[in-house]
Amino acid sequence: MSLRIVVTVKYVPDATGDRHFADDLTVDRDDVDGLLSELDEYAVEQALQISENSDDDVEVTVLTVGPEDAKDALRKALSMGADKAIHVEDDDLHGTDAIGTSLVLAKAVEKAGYDLVVSGMASTDGTMGVVPALLAERLGVPQVTLLSEVSVEGGTVKGRRDGDSATEQLQASLPAVVSVTDQSGEARYPSFKGIMAAKKKPVESWDLSDLDIDEDEVGLENAYTVVESAAERPARTAGTIVKDEGEGGKQLAEFLAGQKFI
Amino acid sequence: MAEVLVYVDHVDGAVRKPTLELLTLARRVGEPVAVALGAGAGDTAAALAEHGAVKVLTHEAAEYADYLVVPKVDALQAAVEAVSPAAVLVPSSAEGKEIAARLALRLGSGIITDAVDLESGDEGPVATQSVFAAAFTTKSRVSKGTPVITVKPNSAAVEPAPAAGAVEALSVTFSAAATGTKVTSRTPRESTGRPELTEAAIVVSGGRGVNGAENFAIIEALADSLGAAVGASRAAVDAGWYPHTNQVGQTGKSVSPQLYIASGISGAIQHRAGMQTSKTIVAINKDAEAPIFELVDYGVVGDLFDVVPQLTEEVKSRKG
Ligand SMILES: Cc1cc2nc3c(=O)[nH]c(=O)nc-3n(C[C@H](O)[C@H](O)[C@H](O)COP(=O)(O)OP(=O)(O)OC[C@H]3O[C@@H](n4cnc5c(N)ncnc54)[C@H](O)[C@@H]3O)c2cc1C
Ligand SMILES: Nc1ncnc2c1ncn2[C@@H]1O[C@H](COP(=O)(O)O)[C@@H](O)[C@H]1O
Repeated sequence: MSLRIVVTVKYVPDATGDRHFADDLTVDRDDVDGLLSELDEYAVEQALQISENSDDDVEVTVLTVGPEDAKDALRKALSMGADKAIHVEDDDLHGTDAIGTSLVLAKAVEKAGYDLVVSGMASTDGTMGVVPALLAERLGVPQVTLLSEVSVEGGTVKGRRDGDSATEQLQASLPAVVSVTDQSGEARYPSFKGIMAAKKKPVESWDLSDLDIDEDEVGLENAYTVVESAAERPARTAGTIVKDEGEGGKQLAEFLAGQKFI
Repeated sequence: MAEVLVYVDHVDGAVRKPTLELLTLARRVGEPVAVALGAGAGDTAAALAEHGAVKVLTHEAAEYADYLVVPKVDALQAAVEAVSPAAVLVPSSAEGKEIAARLALRLGSGIITDAVDLESGDEGPVATQSVFAAAFTTKSRVSKGTPVITVKPNSAAVEPAPAAGAVEALSVTFSAAATGTKVTSRTPRESTGRPELTEAAIVVSGGRGVNGAENFAIIEALADSLGAAVGASRAAVDAGWYPHTNQVGQTGKSVSPQLYIASGISGAIQHRAGMQTSKTIVAINKDAEAPIFELVDYGVVGDLFDVVPQLTEEVKSRKG
């Protein structure tokens, strides 16, 4: 038996940088360093663990849709231990929204061939947390999402989902789309050996024509939503800061009373 | 006036507060028609009518509890086909966003998630979002299909606005995908007796500075004196001091209370992402340089083990 896992990873602007918008109100990717979304490291980690715990012949492919620099994200995932990578890149993709991105990912996943897709819980820039559900809808396979624990055995995927009001155990047959949370377990650091090995691993590049996607199905012009304005939030007016000299708690209570909280 | 579908988040018929807030926002865009699914769906009608639902479409079936997400998408799609609404509003929980996304795809519509405000515009509803850890505020609208918008808790006031709230049975045919992901067991979260974190008017949070699970009693005591919910930073959660359900931040809950009190929390960008839209922010930290002080309306530089218990005592005595 063999198991083909595709991990979807996103290249995002560093959250600790000064993120802002470009003139066309898309995320500016020029001024802030990019990296593999930390939340997708958990997806790579779980895919590698599924591979290591399996008696089957498992192949882990990492897939990204993004600009030229997004190769850095693939390289990092390969150095963690993934086997190969696919980079979907096309000038017409600039400004594609979640609906469009899910189309590109779905076509790429189908072209690559898969039994299991593993995604992160949300991208750290858009933070929508909807792409895995959209991908499952497009592929017509079960969605087993937001898992803090995941296992695959004999064509079945199982996992634990910690929801708002309950913890659920989920189960579905492969093929399926899984997403994992940052509670699923720390992601490994690439070893020196892993970094060296990654340099020799194959990275395929596909564009829209490879995926039979029309340019009018993606991109900013064809997005399903329009950002009309983006304004920097006014800096909060400087607050009062006091040093505790033994009365700090009382002073704070006085402030809260003044604001009618007590 | 056009109708607006509102997806009802309820537990066995008890409507959760964010749904009532949605009804307030829905009334700005059209006439709210509520969709309530699963066990107890019919029991939601009174509360929904009191807050402005002109109609309540209900459907009870075991599938809603036994399988993940898709049965609810099927039902909402049936409701859209029955009503042809001007927009669909869904509470922004993790599940709500997944339901909304799949629905939008089926309808050929755009989706906006995590709106914090909604107004009507010439070309359909305009949603306000808070992005990049609340550093920016954007206004967006859906440009294709029926707008599907998820709205965060605490985005609007709950306002009574009595309406007919006539209950109608929704007819739903489940898709082949509906039974794809089985829920094999469900353990409901035990109630702490404190307000729900995302819905609370006051949140009291502790971080690494709390330094131990047992010390969280100090945070809880302050919370209880104020009738507040308890939150925690990821550092405190990862250390095993407090449950992950109480984590505030990018990968935890996003809160927007009237008052947020952070104790022993440095204010990392990922924590700010979940609390920066709080109306009033207060922090207690022994490091005057901690970034959390950039956000505060009032900050105390000091040891939380001195300041927090003194504050709790003072609150109690002032409340009598
Ligand atoms: C992808 C990603 C997602 C993340 N998601 C989240 C998230 O959802 N939520 C979140 O919180 N973090 C999140 N983080 C982690 C975040 O980056 C920080 O590491 C975390 O918020 C730090 O928690 P803290 O402020 O409690 O700890 P620290 O940064 O260690 O700060 C502790 C503070 O306590 C103060 N202190 C210590 N002792 C005392 C005392 N006796 N009295 C008063 N003050 C004291 C110290 O001065 C210090 O400022 C995420 C990180 C990543 C990469
Ligand atoms: N451009 C992309 N390329 C590859 N994977 C993506 C992309 N965008 C989103 N994803 C995947 O979808 C998950 C959720 O993203 P989102 O819905 O944008 O928050 C991420 O954690 C990734 O696994």
